[in-house]
Amino acid sequence: MLKINNGERIDRSQIPRVSSELFHRQLSQFVRNNGFIVQFFAYPEDKQMVLLAVLRNSDLFILETTVGREFPSLTLNAGPQFNLFEREVAEQYGLRPAGHPWLKMLRYHANKSDKPDVFGNNYEEEIPGNYPYFQVQGESVHEVAVGPVHAGIIEPGHFRFQCAGEEVLHLEIQLGYQHRGVEELLQTVPHKRLITIAEGIAGDTSIGHNLSCCQALEALCGLEVAGGASTQRTIALELERLANHIGDLGALSGDVAFNPPAAYFGRIRGEFLNLLLALSGNRFGKGLIRPGGTAFAMGQEARQVIANKIKELRPEILHVCDLLFTAHTVLARFERTGTVTREHAQALGLVGVCGRASGLDYDVREFFPTECYGDLPTISNKVTSGDVLSRAMVRQEEIVHSLNAIDLLLAREEEPCQPVPVEGTDYALAPSSCVVTLNEGWRGEISHCLLTDDQGQLIRYKIKDPSFHNWPGLAMALRNQEISDFPLCNKSFNLSYCGFDL
Amino acid sequence: MSVILSVFSLVLALALVPLFPGIILKVKAFFAGKKGPPLFIKYYTLLKLLRKGSVYSTSSTFVFRLGPIFSCAAALMALLFFPLAWMQPLFSFQGDIIVLLYFFALRRFFTIVAALDTASPFEGMGAAREAFFAFLAEATLFAMLILFFRMNGTLSLGEYFAGQTPLSFDGSRGALLVLVVVGLFMVMLAENARVPVDDPATHLELTMIHEAMILDHSGPDLATIELGAFCKLFFYAAFVASLLKPAQLVLNPVLATLLFYGLVVLVYTVIGVVESGTARLKMPLVPKYLLTSFALVFFAIILTSLEFIQ
Repeated sequence: MLKINNGERIDRSQIPRVSSELFHRQLSQFVRNNGFIVQFFAYPEDKQMVLLAVLRNSDLFILETTVGREFPSLTLNAGPQFNLFEREVAEQYGLRPAGHPWLKMLRYHANKSDKPDVFGNNYEEEIPGNYPYFQVQGESVHEVAVGPVHAGIIEPGHFRFQCAGEEVLHLEIQLGYQHRGVEELLQTVPHKRLITIAEGIAGDTSIGHNLSCCQALEALCGLEVAGGASTQRTIALELERLANHIGDLGALSGDVAFNPPAAYFGRIRGEFLNLLLALSGNRFGKGLIRPGGTAFAMGQEARQVIANKIKELRPEILHVCDLLFTAHTVLARFERTGTVTREHAQALGLVGVCGRASGLDYDVREFFPTECYGDLPTISNKVTSGDVLSRAMVRQEEIVHSLNAIDLLLAREEEPCQPVPVEGTDYALAPSSCVVTLNEGWRGEISHCLLTDDQGQLIRYKIKDPSFHNWPGLAMALRNQEISDFPLCNKSFNLSYCGFDL
Repeated sequence: MSVILSVFSLVLALALVPLFPGIILKVKAFFAGKKGPPLFIKYYTLLKLLRKGSVYSTSSTFVFRLGPIFSCAAALMALLFFPLAWMQPLFSFQGDIIVLLYFFALRRFFTIVAALDTASPFEGMGAAREAFFAFLAEATLFAMLILFFRMNGTLSLGEYFAGQTPLSFDGSRGALLVLVVVGLFMVMLAENARVPVDDPATHLELTMIHEAMILDHSGPDLATIELGAFCKLFFYAAFVASLLKPAQLVLNPVLATLLFYGLVVLVYTVIGVVESGTARLKMPLVPKYLLTSFALVFFAIILTSLEFIQ
């Protein structure tokens, strides 16, 4: 295995290509020894298919192998971390992970190779075929199907519950309703449009995904980022985190019918979106981050606006957090609801807020820092019992941490930086290269992996949203829980549907 | 004369019934730092729904349409027997309170079968929850009737508040009514789909109780159900409010009406305050909540027995 660095270009020829058996053995061993998967995907090379894996413990490693139509399933032999990754490979390229215990499609689309569909589906038909669901049988067992169309304006996803009375025995989550073909699209557009598409991967994480995309382009185009621009990007990512975490705490409060914090947090979330507006001209930070820097230089005025607003909001946020976390009726709902044990979290490879709430202290900002994160203090979480309360508390701790981080960044000497134009740049990518970028988005580890051919054209743009790791965590959290607690558990994970569907 | 008064107070009550839930919304909005919807929002909602058409699933039958009719009729019926503002009700007979409680049960039965008729898993879940929790709430209500019978010697709503020996705090065993008021308030929250038992504002079907059962009703049908729900909540709120007047206080009808609606508004305001200050209970804790209300009333009954021993 080759050790690589976050956001550093390597030649594709450097990636160790091993035999299928060795690949299988090394990955199994790595995952058994506290290793996790960052990326696991297939890409076509000449006439053969290659399986590429990016792994992490305290370092990042890369490894690949060639495959035929079938490869032995790692889910079966090395654990459930590989489950969704292998199903994705099977769906995207028609490669069968032999022996996979629940080989089912993820997003319902035809594969990109000319090979027949692994699942026996015909995508010409309106309803493309097999929808198998895990079933529980018995006199008092009943099945509840929720979605894909939900009340309100939430995204589409189908949840199939197997219940005995109010108790959930099993939950199966079926997504894919928002599959837009983002990865294919990214491989076909002119390079200067990549960032615009990356911003649309998941609308609530536009900064996180765009940053990951830009860092990859910078590595492949050999662009340098000025210190001032880096500060600005870090602030933007933290503002996105703040807006979303605060919104989530409000939504959690609303879900247990405790209205005052829901209303207050809703307003404060808006304040942070407005700060992004001040920073970038867009409430979701779209159009801010550009390969090589940012589209607008952050002036003294913007710094002052952000610093003042944070000074004003900090006591308000702490006060509302206090209101929420001292209400005993709220704690009674949050505590011991939707628990994911550390063992399960590790087996599933949870990341971000959900992983840390279960005691997996992995934070990209600490392990593989990019931008200014190397200079900022790290965060440690106190409540890690894996329940809704832990996920809420981790969010609260991250909110305080982010406020401090922004204060520290604003207190720095202002560094000169120039806005970077997009027009007139053609972003020629280095040929035969590979780059992997990781960033801690507000949900967790975002990773983009770009591979180029010998002409400098993209042969694969692989995106992994943290939700890809965490959806199975939600399903586990519901085991033996009350079905009436599902919305609360779901909100405590608050995963992305479109980030998963791509 | 008294019949005219009774008719007039009934008409007044019916006209005001949709106003009160608006008060709850205003109180909740106040605690959330918001302006909230207009006070007359429920009138607008009813008008909006009445102007719409109802949609019926092809798989539902006439049972589905019976739900709203019974739901509203039973609640309206209850108001005919209620001594509004401590004045003689239109109808009254010995045992009418038991009939009314069973009218509420009949209402529930038809709401439940209408929900089951849709064959939706959400509505089935809501129906199961409603049936279970209502069954526990009934224990409190009937225990309360035992207590009232001991205090007042009748089983008639009219006699409780407009009879010879009305129930009140300053009566011989009035202190016991404090327990009843708290118990009845708790049951009111449970029976009328309020926090901490149910959340009337949620859009999350899996957590709903009452709302889940009426998901498929629309237009005038939904308006009928809503009106029935307003009347039922008013019935309970009026019950609590009626217990709060001292018996010695004799007022002319106008002042009595003013005092009565003042107390009703107070009860609704307290509902709003409770809803702003508490989160919903976990579903498995609802039976404990309801049995607590039963325990309060049961305790009051024991206390009356002790007095007899003395």
